[in-house]
Amino acid sequence: MLGTLMRFLPIVTQIFLWGAVFSALPSQNGAPGQIVGYSYHDVVAYYLLTMLSRAFSSMPGLASGITRDIRDGTIKRFLVQPIGLLEYLFFYRLAHKLVYYAVAIVPFAVVFYLCRGFFRETPQGLEWVAYVASLVLAFLLGFFLEATLGLLGFWFLEVSSFLFIYMLLSFFFSGHMFPIDMLPEPMASLVKLIPLQYLAYFPAAVFLGKIHGTALVTGLAIQAAWVVLFAFLAQLALQRGLRRYSGFGG
Amino acid sequence: MHQLLRHFTIFATFARNSLIRDMTFRANFLIEFVSSLSWVFMNLGFYILIFQYTPSLGRDTGWGKYEFFVFTGTALMINSLAGMLFMTNADNFGELIRRGGLDFVLVKPVDTQFLVSLQRVDWSSSGNLLVGLGLTLYSLKCLGNWPSALTAILYVFYILCGVAILYSLMFLLAATSVWLGRNETLFDFWFYIVSFGRYPMEIYQGRFGHPFRWFFTFIVPVLVAINIPARFLVEPLRPHSFFDWLLPLFTVLATATTFAICRGVFQLALRSYRSASS
Repeated sequence: MLGTLMRFLPIVTQIFLWGAVFSALPSQNGAPGQIVGYSYHDVVAYYLLTMLSRAFSSMPGLASGITRDIRDGTIKRFLVQPIGLLEYLFFYRLAHKLVYYAVAIVPFAVVFYLCRGFFRETPQGLEWVAYVASLVLAFLLGFFLEATLGLLGFWFLEVSSFLFIYMLLSFFFSGHMFPIDMLPEPMASLVKLIPLQYLAYFPAAVFLGKIHGTALVTGLAIQAAWVVLFAFLAQLALQRGLRRYSGFGG
Repeated sequence: MHQLLRHFTIFATFARNSLIRDMTFRANFLIEFVSSLSWVFMNLGFYILIFQYTPSLGRDTGWGKYEFFVFTGTALMINSLAGMLFMTNADNFGELIRRGGLDFVLVKPVDTQFLVSLQRVDWSSSGNLLVGLGLTLYSLKCLGNWPSALTAILYVFYILCGVAILYSLMFLLAATSVWLGRNETLFDFWFYIVSFGRYPMEIYQGRFGHPFRWFFTFIVPVLVAINIPARFLVEPLRPHSFFDWLLPLFTVLATATTFAICRGVFQLALRSYRSASS
């Protein structure tokens, strides 16, 4: 629990950093300055919300765990056991997240309560449904994306360098570090084409009401499409991989 | 003098051995080298992005784009020096205690803390050091104000103070593993605390900012570690108050005190060490 609270520490610096950035902006007609439609309060709320998105979408050790199982042969037990690898891992993660956040909800609630002043806009009615849906989809996307990466281990045995690149890109382009609207064009449009934004940026933006109407519906549809695509890719990688795979000893 | 020379020779041997080790696993070295550089460039990208939208960090603080990049360059140098020289060793200390490897260090006729602190040099962080140096020089060139010889000497001196502060905090935490066993969270804690110092202290303003800034200046002096050397380069002639003149003096005092506390706790920890059963 202390560990969870500690994960909010970097946000403290971010809050002050953005406070300084916004204090130097010229005010627009008496109103405090904004950056691409984000006020200071929005940015702080955004950081807190991405923490929440990441709580759903991050899968620490999933990909590296799969590759390790492939390398040391543990994976062959799924060939004889009456449960598939992906199903097993999926429910394992789901249970893990449920238990972990049953405890971690306390620090999360404390931090969000203390920072409630930063939330100027909260979702109304259906927006709540959309927000929850985007979080659930973020969980699914995170799971299948990392599982696919881990299953590449059938071909490469060691995927840590892929994972590193993935981590680096996702840190920057999932919106974990800053709202991706802030990127200059054409970067911003390009980044919105790749699935990483749905891991952190998209749910937070939905919550803050940055995306609504048809854009919200298409956004959710695209997010769902990415989930289906990566679920398919993970299945395919598993099937093809098992065909290549040969287990020795035991 | 003789003692100093002897310690330096030992350190040179450690550094050489680490380099040989790193060069034996060259691909691994290269990957670590590149990966730590990519984090640095990602952060720089973030800062460049921020300065697309704002002329300075905070109103009238004097931290414009290139001033801030001098700061970041300095921060990079201090952090990478601390990381390069001490990080692996601090990390390893818990292991030495857990497995009883510390026994072999204790019987050697050289100061234990010295041996434990410098055994491995992580050469893959040297890239960050060079980037930090390059960034500082480049930003100074853009600003067009080169430091005088005296300022440059003071700058180097305060960089060393900064490294010493970070070192002391790191080993203060590492020493506690004698009592607590291996504790990963402690290092995360160190990392988070130190990351407060990665920005100019002026950003900590307001109702919460002031006590925060006070605490991390006078109680846990992480803010002075990077701020003071950086200020010598970018704001040498514009002290805002009498207070600003005193800070450099305070930094020397803080460095000495933190180091003394670290040293004291380390000695205390060694006395509680009971070796590992085997």
